[in-house]
Amino acid sequence: MSLLQVNNLGVQFQTPDGLVSAVNGVSFELQAGQTLGIVGESGSGKSQSVLAMMGLLAKNGKATGEALYNGQNLLTMSPKQLNGIRGDRVSMIFQDPMTSLNPYLTVERQMTEVLELHKGMTRREAKKRAISLLEAVRIPEAARRIDMYPHEFSGGMRQRVMIAMALLCEPEVLIADEPTTALDVTVQAQILSLLKDLQRDFGTAIVMITHDLGVVAGLCEKVMVMYGGRVMEYGSANDIFYQPSHPYTIGLLGALPRLDHDGSELVSIPGNPPNMANMPKGCPFSERCTHVSELCVGTLPPLAASAANPAVLRACHKAPAELKPSVEVVAHV
Amino acid sequence: MWSYALRRVLMTIPTLLLVITVCYLMLHATPGGPFDTERKVSAAVMANLQAKYHLDLPLWQQYLLYLKSLLQGDLGASFRYADWSVNELVGNALPVSLAIGGGSLLISVFIGVALGIVAALRQNSLIDYFVMLVGNLGSAFPSFVIGPVLILLFAIWLSVLPAGGWNDFDPRYMVLPIALLTFINVSTIGRVMRGSLIEVLNSNFIRTARAKGLPLRTIVFRHALKPALMPVVSVLGPLAISSITSAVVTESVFSLPGLGKLIINGASNRDYTLVLGLVVLVTVFAVILNLLVDLAYAYLDPKIRY
Repeated sequence: MSLLQVNNLGVQFQTPDGLVSAVNGVSFELQAGQTLGIVGESGSGKSQSVLAMMGLLAKNGKATGEALYNGQNLLTMSPKQLNGIRGDRVSMIFQDPMTSLNPYLTVERQMTEVLELHKGMTRREAKKRAISLLEAVRIPEAARRIDMYPHEFSGGMRQRVMIAMALLCEPEVLIADEPTTALDVTVQAQILSLLKDLQRDFGTAIVMITHDLGVVAGLCEKVMVMYGGRVMEYGSANDIFYQPSHPYTIGLLGALPRLDHDGSELVSIPGNPPNMANMPKGCPFSERCTHVSELCVGTLPPLAASAANPAVLRACHKAPAELKPSVEVVAHV
Repeated sequence: MWSYALRRVLMTIPTLLLVITVCYLMLHATPGGPFDTERKVSAAVMANLQAKYHLDLPLWQQYLLYLKSLLQGDLGASFRYADWSVNELVGNALPVSLAIGGGSLLISVFIGVALGIVAALRQNSLIDYFVMLVGNLGSAFPSFVIGPVLILLFAIWLSVLPAGGWNDFDPRYMVLPIALLTFINVSTIGRVMRGSLIEVLNSNFIRTARAKGLPLRTIVFRHALKPALMPVVSVLGPLAISSITSAVVTESVFSLPGLGKLIINGASNRDYTLVLGLVVLVTVFAVILNLLVDLAYAYLDPKIRY
């Protein structure tokens, strides 16, 4: 049994404009100690997918499908059961470390409460453990700093505190929702190498949400590319990076600035992501795809094993071979 | 923090001086004087009266004399209540106003915050609509409408409470005025608390708290209450001041011998010393309350340190 198995996950929001589907038919598996990257641009539904799993959707949101943690469905369990799992067995780091810590409580209080709740520790034991975790994420003078408030820490430090807090109970799954987006580049690298080390030391499985393909390349074994609330391509990081078989993945990789190119111009995918309230009938990417045909506009492509490499799942009407020639064209404009 | 408090108190001295001066000039600029009545007083008597209260002196001398007595803690003699000093008048009225205003404020904070929390947690439910309805009623109806309704209901129809008056802190006479002020205060505090808690509960750090698996109770009381109380604290200062100044209406509805009644009588009688004394009192109150509000901020928000 997989540690985490997500089947046909969907997220809908009840809005004044009607029901909006933010996520459709997302499925993946995560084994112990593995790292999955979920990639996509803003509004692709990647954050909402994991928030749904954690029961953290906004009030007007509703999750469908199943998210099985050790066989138990996180989406249908009682709040009490869910509270027993989140923060303890499955924990989460958020995108914005500046606002994700409570500014009104000391770091010590925010960390010890997790251990008091899930491990039944006393405040003193919990504090000791919290200090050792802060040291593990390389916060200098952790014993002194733990009694400070979040505003006395820098952004990168706060994200380390978040990570330490998420790891307090040695969770089996760590969900990281764009953990480095709000940080500057040097700090990003530190946080990523920290996550890598911690994964090695604690054996935690990580779901890494990001729009930064560099992050995925450095950290993930499997990659899921999302667009318009749907999975476009899903496979091993190697396959996705070296043999992308979906026009959107190809476009994303083509848009990466590269050191070995002399072109000063940044490449982008023309157009904007579709409006969630008014999705195209067919493939969500059809409006921006250079290979679009009538079939793409009218019919939604199913997510199926690629003809070229059965280990890769892709949702595209075109055969991988048909896309190849234009890759170079897109990448070198 | 103590040096901050001291600095704040010292800073009030110029404020106070300014308030007194402006009020002093405005009072003396209005036509009429404390001894202008319909009954004609003989010129000699009038001259005596004027001399007794130094009204015959130039204005700047009167002003300096007033400041001098103020420095000695003496608010002066009342112009209209013979044999009464303003200190005595205020000394009698202040406890009444404090009991009614302070009592209702204390009760309203608890009820208002509790109702606000319940309404915010059950957003758009029946209880939320009820709280909002009460809040809007309390804000929409002036106290001189709600007051007589309370009297009609409890004093005349049910005859369980006296319609008004005061009997040396007899609780029966305090129930209706306190209820009226509480109703009005709760409407403000409840609405502010509801709004701010809803906002706080949508913030990122509450999402973090939920992701940690904390039960709702801990999330609300440990994580959300302090930030949600900030706006409540900032309305408490003005509310407390207005429960003294708006006592004008409450006290006339329930015929209470409080500060409100003194303010009305003093103003209509041109009782210069009485009005000025009350202005000084309210100003001092406002300064103290604002200081308390600022200190409460520092207590609630670790980012604020003085």
